[in-house]
Amino acid sequence: MIDDRQSLRTAEGATLSLVPAGILPRASAFLIDLLIRTPVYIGALIIMATRGGNATGLMLILLFLLEWFYPVLFEMLRHGQTPGKRLLGIAVTHTDGAPVTLNGSLLRNLIRQADFFPMLYLTGFVAMLTNQRFQRFGDMAANTMVVHVGNSRPPQQISVAQTCPPDWAVTLEDQQTLLALLERQETLSAARRQELCALGWPELTPAQAEQRALATARHLRGLE
Amino acid sequence: MKQAQFEKQFESDWRQLDQQLAMLEKLRPGDLARDAELYQLPVGYRRVCHHQALARERGYSLSLIQRLDDLVLRGYRQLYRPTLPLAGPLKHFLLVGFPQAVRAQWPWQLASAAVFCLSLLLLWALVRSQPDMVYALLDPATTEQMESMYHPQAEHRSQRNASDDITMFGYYIYNNIGIAFRTFAGGIFFGVGALFVMMFNGSFFGAVAAHLTNAGFQQPFFTFVIAHGAPELTAIVLAGGAGLRLGWALLAPGPWSRKDALRLAAAQAMTVMYGAFALLLLAAFIEAFWSPRQFEAWIKYSVGSVLWLLTLGYLFAAGRR
Repeated sequence: MIDDRQSLRTAEGATLSLVPAGILPRASAFLIDLLIRTPVYIGALIIMATRGGNATGLMLILLFLLEWFYPVLFEMLRHGQTPGKRLLGIAVTHTDGAPVTLNGSLLRNLIRQADFFPMLYLTGFVAMLTNQRFQRFGDMAANTMVVHVGNSRPPQQISVAQTCPPDWAVTLEDQQTLLALLERQETLSAARRQELCALGWPELTPAQAEQRALATARHLRGLE
Repeated sequence: MKQAQFEKQFESDWRQLDQQLAMLEKLRPGDLARDAELYQLPVGYRRVCHHQALARERGYSLSLIQRLDDLVLRGYRQLYRPTLPLAGPLKHFLLVGFPQAVRAQWPWQLASAAVFCLSLLLLWALVRSQPDMVYALLDPATTEQMESMYHPQAEHRSQRNASDDITMFGYYIYNNIGIAFRTFAGGIFFGVGALFVMMFNGSFFGAVAAHLTNAGFQQPFFTFVIAHGAPELTAIVLAGGAGLRLGWALLAPGPWSRKDALRLAAAQAMTVMYGAFALLLLAAFIEAFWSPRQFEAWIKYSVGSVLWLLTLGYLFAAGRR
């Protein structure tokens, strides 16, 4: 299969599969975070303009914290997710799948400035295209990456119907292909289903091939 | 075992782990309930790790594998959460870790300091010998502003009140620490960004100091800057050195790949940045609350000199074994 999934083994012998988040979800998350911060910026500017005195100093400190530490705060307290990342279902982790540490989070967010240079994350964008983990410079330095989390679909009910045992020695790959067909049949058009099934049973008519494929898949899944 | 049977048998385990994780993901690191929940987690996590391995081995459907992968990843992220650093590591960092890290990076820190000091001395000598040269670097509005700020008879300096101090404190934090962070980040462009900031700040400081001395305002200027200059200029140079360290890793990665070299250098440079951050907080505090106070010149010069000795002595001597 061709995808950008990274498979890692943990000490427990489990497999961690990390799916790096691409440009679009990350840019969207950034924009959402920017939208969340904007009212605070405007509020602070209004207070600075109207109140003056002590308030100006405190607002400047607030702006400083917001500009540099907003992502760090949420990445530490919210399991690697700023509010924007949370909405997009992505999170920052280290490249070994471990949650991001304070050091990592600070580093990637300080170097954000270099990734933004000269404008709109142009440097970071180019850096992301050079590696399979879509790391910008900040991620490379901090050994972090942004991955999709918690986005598997809930299990679906598949109705019990006619089954048919396979008449050949089924390989694991055959089995997974047929099971995937069974699960995804609703999302494919009838014509496309038949076209795909005819590849496996060219001697049957496309309609028969589809019936045969689905029946075999149901047998493999154990729906009897 | 067929997939349907497998799902039927273990569905409850997966639901349970999912609920447990959803609960943990809502809690914050310090919550007490978290510990109780975490205590339960490893058993369920290991069981699902086992199911995941079986599902992969037996070639069950991709959506089932995806679902188990997801549970395992979420469980892993909860089990291996980092603990936030507390008082002990902080003390060790200030007494040992930070000065050691600075000394360990001496070639880059030295280069950064040299670029800063040479630009400073060059512009100082230039503007002292040819006063008009100041306009090559600064526009007339800036020089005028500097002159009025440090004019010996300026009214604003005696009338400064507490709320001005806090305003300036906020400004110094916002501005100076921002500059240090950007200097560090700029270093990643093969060190050019960091070198530029060092050169620019050194020249600017040298030109302003020489210009004000030419105008005869040296006393108000130097009594103002000497105290906070110790932590502030030091921290800016350290940020530049840390930035150079990053850039050097990309220029000359040695036996590592450029990416690995960057990662290793960044971990070292980050230690220096934490220290620079602390020094700049200290500097902002001194600059806002001590520097504008009007005292006899000798008091301000003595306090300033002591601060310089402390800062440099700390970086050179602290944490040696």
